[in-house]
Amino acid sequence: MVNIEIDGKKLRVANGAMLIEAADEAGIKIPRFCYHKKLPIAANCRMCLVDVEKAAKPLPACATPVTDGMVIHTKSTKAIAAQKSVMEFLLINHPLDCPICDQGGECELQDVAIGYGDDVSRYSEKKRVVHNKNLGPLINTDMTRCIHCTRCVRFGEEIAGIKELGMTGRGEHAEIGTYVAKTVSSEMSGNVIDLCPVGALTSKPFRYSARAWELRQHETIAAHDCIGSNIFVHTRHEKIMRVVPKENESINETWISDRDRFSYEGLNSKDRLLTPLVKENGEWRETDWDIALRVVVEGLKDVVDNLGAASIGTLISPSATLEEMYLAQKLMRSLGCNNIDHRLRQQDFRDQDNAPVIPWLGQSIKDLEQVDAALLIGSNIRKDQPIAGHRIRKAAISGANIMVLNPVDYEFLFPVTEKIIVDPRRMSKELGAVAKALFELIGEPFPKGLTSLLQDVQPNGQHKAIAQHLKAANNGTILLGLSAHTHLDFSTLRALASLISDISKCTIGYLTDGANSPGGWLAGAVPHRNHKQEKITSDNLNASEMLRSNLKAFVLQGIEPEKDCANHSLAVNSIDQAEFVVGLSMYKSDSLLESANVLLPISPFTETSGTFVNIEGRWQSFQGAVSSAGDSRPTWKIWRVLGNLFNVDGFDYMSSEEIRDEVRSFSGNIIPKNKIEWQCPTALQNNMDGVVRIVDTSIYSIDPIVRRATALQQTADALTPAIHIGEELASRIGLMDSDQAIVRQGDGEVTLPVKIDYRLPAGSVLIPPCELGGTYLGHEYSEVKLEKI
Amino acid sequence: MTLSSKDAQTLSATQSPAQSKKAKAANSKLDLLSQNVCAEIDQWLAKYPADWSISASMPALRIVQDSNGGYLTTDLMDAIAEYLDVPAISIYEVATFYSMYELKPVGRHKICVCTNISCMLCGSDEIVSHLKSKLGIGFGEMTGDGKFSLKEVECLAACGGAPMMQIGREYYENLTTEKVDEILNKLA
Amino acid sequence: MANEVCFKNHHLDKPWTLQAYQSTGGYDVWKKILNKKTQADEIISELKTSCLRGRGGAGFPTGLKWSFMPRNAPGEKYIVCNSDEGEPGTFKDRDILRYNPHALIEGMAIAGYTMGASVGYNYIRGEFWEPYEHFETAVKEARAAGLLGKNILGSGIDFELYTHLGGGAYICGEETALLESIEGKKGQPRFKPPFPASYGLFGRPTTINNTETLASIPSILQNGGKWFLEIGKPNNGGAKLFSVSGHVNKPGNYEVPLGTPFAELLEMAGGMRDGNKIKAVIPGGSSTPMLPGDVMMDVNMDYDSIAKAGSMLGAGSVIVMDEKTCIVKALARISYFYYEESCGQCTPCREGTGWLSRVVNRIENGAGRPEDIDLLLDVSKKIEGRTICGLGDAAAMPVSGAIKHFRDEFQYHVDHKKCMVSAA
Ligand SMILES: Cc1cc2nc3c(=O)[nH]c(=O)nc-3n(C[C@H](O)[C@H](O)[C@H](O)COP(=O)(O)O)c2cc1C
Ligand code: SF4
Ligand code: FES
Repeated sequence: MVNIEIDGKKLRVANGAMLIEAADEAGIKIPRFCYHKKLPIAANCRMCLVDVEKAAKPLPACATPVTDGMVIHTKSTKAIAAQKSVMEFLLINHPLDCPICDQGGECELQDVAIGYGDDVSRYSEKKRVVHNKNLGPLINTDMTRCIHCTRCVRFGEEIAGIKELGMTGRGEHAEIGTYVAKTVSSEMSGNVIDLCPVGALTSKPFRYSARAWELRQHETIAAHDCIGSNIFVHTRHEKIMRVVPKENESINETWISDRDRFSYEGLNSKDRLLTPLVKENGEWRETDWDIALRVVVEGLKDVVDNLGAASIGTLISPSATLEEMYLAQKLMRSLGCNNIDHRLRQQDFRDQDNAPVIPWLGQSIKDLEQVDAALLIGSNIRKDQPIAGHRIRKAAISGANIMVLNPVDYEFLFPVTEKIIVDPRRMSKELGAVAKALFELIGEPFPKGLTSLLQDVQPNGQHKAIAQHLKAANNGTILLGLSAHTHLDFSTLRALASLISDISKCTIGYLTDGANSPGGWLAGAVPHRNHKQEKITSDNLNASEMLRSNLKAFVLQGIEPEKDCANHSLAVNSIDQAEFVVGLSMYKSDSLLESANVLLPISPFTETSGTFVNIEGRWQSFQGAVSSAGDSRPTWKIWRVLGNLFNVDGFDYMSSEEIRDEVRSFSGNIIPKNKIEWQCPTALQNNMDGVVRIVDTSIYSIDPIVRRATALQQTADALTPAIHIGEELASRIGLMDSDQAIVRQGDGEVTLPVKIDYRLPAGSVLIPPCELGGTYLGHEYSEVKLEKI
Repeated sequence: MTLSSKDAQTLSATQSPAQSKKAKAANSKLDLLSQNVCAEIDQWLAKYPADWSISASMPALRIVQDSNGGYLTTDLMDAIAEYLDVPAISIYEVATFYSMYELKPVGRHKICVCTNISCMLCGSDEIVSHLKSKLGIGFGEMTGDGKFSLKEVECLAACGGAPMMQIGREYYENLTTEKVDEILNKLA
Repeated sequence: MANEVCFKNHHLDKPWTLQAYQSTGGYDVWKKILNKKTQADEIISELKTSCLRGRGGAGFPTGLKWSFMPRNAPGEKYIVCNSDEGEPGTFKDRDILRYNPHALIEGMAIAGYTMGASVGYNYIRGEFWEPYEHFETAVKEARAAGLLGKNILGSGIDFELYTHLGGGAYICGEETALLESIEGKKGQPRFKPPFPASYGLFGRPTTINNTETLASIPSILQNGGKWFLEIGKPNNGGAKLFSVSGHVNKPGNYEVPLGTPFAELLEMAGGMRDGNKIKAVIPGGSSTPMLPGDVMMDVNMDYDSIAKAGSMLGAGSVIVMDEKTCIVKALARISYFYYEESCGQCTPCREGTGWLSRVVNRIENGAGRPEDIDLLLDVSKKIEGRTICGLGDAAAMPVSGAIKHFRDEFQYHVDHKKCMVSAA
């Protein structure tokens, strides 16, 4: 610690801190443009020049480290003169067109100019004009306004890890851009909009739609991954105009993913369901809530009375709120139905009784950047949970050994120490080899059953290296990602991962889908445990079993079964054959219109209050930002009314907070443990015939809202239906890039273009969820047949 | 159209398919660099620490420019980026920052005339107007036959021989209009 | 007394060859150091005695600079030679590379040894093809003779030397821009601190010296620091190369003792061309403020004397202008240069150099306004001392210098829309 004095204020600050940090901490405002606390220092704008006693020249506060006894004046004549002159220089080439600039009202340059600029420009030469660059569907450019602070460039280099923007040319001709027209591809690219202090980089979807001072700001939580980034939703006249990050050092710092920023476009989609609908004689009819709810109650009662409650299935989106999940299961269980699940993409439930109370990250999100080794199993962390990816990237940059075992060679923007990319059917074998290598390294005996399980598994150099790094780690972690969760052999992967975690002393963690899957477990939205964590032993079908049991009725909340369930054709067919289907939905999606009997319009997270429990176990409650669109209603209120209509006790909630507190009272003292007891899997999956399909629910098709976010759908990350295939396999089958081929899976059959994809190992193809002419393909990791046409 | 189990097994090597990315990236432009060019770049690469391949960006741009009739295209810059395994924008940044890289076609002989202070004091204005009228082109332009292009340059550190110009790798000093004619006449 | 240090082989046939260099005792110092494992402190103390000041422009004492290097710190360290020679009026390093490359190689090797660096880079401006080839040939010769490379002459000492070629950017003469350029990036200066001695090339401790500085080292160590100091004068040790250009009869490089009267140097350069009167002199390269000819005629050519006269010795680049020179036009050309060469990263320089250049140009073209002269002074004052690197100052100083001594010419341009000199 050193003693300094800024503007007469005596301060004690950390050694090595920059002047500007000390001033910020003390609430002393120094103007700045290039400095940003999350970016490396550039000191190029010179706006922060301050007067330091004993220094001949004014010094940039952002790049001057404090020293003991330093006396600083930020508002002396010398400092103000320096700041004013920089302001004058900045404005000579900057258009003074604030009234038509999208940044007007929230422009750092405008703000500072009011304090430091002189009214009359003495610059009478022609102003510089810079041509605009097309950076793709998300970011709009107006480069004449650029003040060359390079925040956007440094963001790409240092934070996103992908240098797409640069400064080309030199001197007055220096320009920020991509040089060639290019869509920026970072999944965090939208952050440059916030970083840009002027109106050079603005949001394309938001462009010209509102002025900053007309907007109202509401805090809420992002709803598309298990991170729970804190966001502000900006509204005007009850409409969401844009989303920006809300700083939270322990979760998203100052960033959000593009998905969280631009998904709001899906909220106002044209096919939004705005009134209750009932189907009569095959025809949909708009109706009011009374009638619609009565139809629901009668329909379900009918099934319960005649066929038993066990013939109803309830499938809930993993992004539903804690309150919604809780009330759904409370009502369904009170009717006698335990078939309730939010694990829609999971396929292997063999070990569910053994599963942790809440499968969670096992550490805090912030902790991820402190790991010194991480083994990612079946995870595209960069795209699946961009903020977690960013934390892992930080760890990697500071030297952590990041290792992956994946079915697709995802591009990570950080160094990967060991990478095993295999046919998905080999995943558990490879993990077994790591486990074996680790046991050999440590010299401990195998636990029960492992010897025979790993009999024909021989660790190679890579497995040994991974074992070595995990063993050497002081702060290692093993993370099971989305494609581990959807794997047919999930229980084996989990068992082995747990074992490895046990003997390597590395934390084990889960990265799940949806915004609230930890909440799903707490609320009892799983068939085999209720909200009190009591075991349910009979008549408890999981998501997959529900779809295979010819159930007579379904209640679907917030999902599109053909895209949100593991097995697309199975889901559609199974729901289609049911006699009574209730859809609580935001959208009039085709498959629901086809199969449902009643559709109840529900309000998305921006129009309702509720709670998401993120992957680190943090409960984050939020309020709606706008009122419910049309006749749609907050889902918790729908369940409440249904509870009353069914005459079930305990449904008289006045607020979502009341529901949340009730869940709290059950779960208050749960100490989540991730380790599971060792139960030796029966055998390692070893069926190697045929070509299997990987589904890889991409970043922009993970939930119904995102799928309707138009700008996101125009980016490179929006998967178009195609057969992604490795080069070797393609040439073996005689397929070439952009050929058309027929894919058959189960009884589904579609024709799709072929796309050579170097990330894929032989033996598998990647085909995103797709529907063509009403037919759907089957599930992830099962066999497909390809035929060239 | 299915694979036998044996095929699938041998194919699912534990090696990452992207490990040989260099050779395989979709729409790779590496083919634009000849073997000689690559060999020459490699000689420069050897001068820098192993993890600093970007250090060879400047020599690579020069070598590629020389092999392409004196100028660079976006495709060639992309190929260099790929060869050095650095972001393309980093190569564009370098190519647009330094004045010796040309991003438009230039004449077979690029005449660079210094007009800076010492040359100006010693009559570069006259040399420039002579060149302009003789060749019928201005700065930044190329003669119709593609033989010459004219470029104004800053001080080339030959002020003792002002006025001066550079053509290709040669310096020509103490210029007079007659001397300029003589020099240009000798160039094929 | 002339040609005793960097030019001491000038009289020899093919002075650039190893043979010629060795015939005057070249590499003797290097061999002695390798043999005796001379203490680094001893070498640095000799340099301090010599009062050698950096020949790249700033005149920083070399011995002191070398003592900043953490020479015993583990890991690679670098020694970098600045042969970018970009300051208008400067053309001395080109001749060192062409005529005495071995002196530079020996100087760099000694520098490497002294500062614990086993790798050196010589950054040669890209336009210097012939000098580059001379230098590379010399490096090959030295390597073949076992004077560079691994385990040099069995001493257990390694020193490898590479050339990096520039690409045409004056700013790369600034030492941190130069480092960025060797790292294959745009030549944008780094903010200091950290200084190169702690965070330099490839993030490692680095010392950068000018070509002439390094080429002077062998002679100094051969003859002793005292010898060198006494060639010049206190605080201004040695002889220095002066690049004389402009309106003189025999422009060229002259190696003379520091402290030599300007009048003598002018005499050596053949006196004023066409018998014209001397009007102004830029004493140290285009960034240094120009001084009136009569002032210069009473000044000695050393760091302190020129500073006292209100300018700087810089790189010793003397640009002589006669009575027929339009000072406004001269300044317009100089201002255009700094505008053209600004790297563009920091605001005052990026925006200010263009402003200066346009206003001087406007005055030159007869479109000047009454307030323009003060505007120029004000803008240059607002650039000076507020930029990341010295280019901002380099752009500002000639403007204030020219107006200080020749304001009447500017005023005439503004008032009469034409030039005083051609009107006379
Ligand atoms: C804009 C600018 C241009 C420079 N150009 C050169 C140059 O061309 N050659 C040079 O040796 N030093 C140049 N310098 C000075 C160097 O930054 C540095 O001080 C010098 O190379 C140190 O060497 P020395 O101590 O041996 O003089 C320049 C400085 C600035 C600010
Ligand atoms: S002063 Fe000029 S050249 Fe130096 S860093 Fe700033 S913009 Fe670049
Ligand atoms: S904020 Fe310090 S120089 Fe830009």
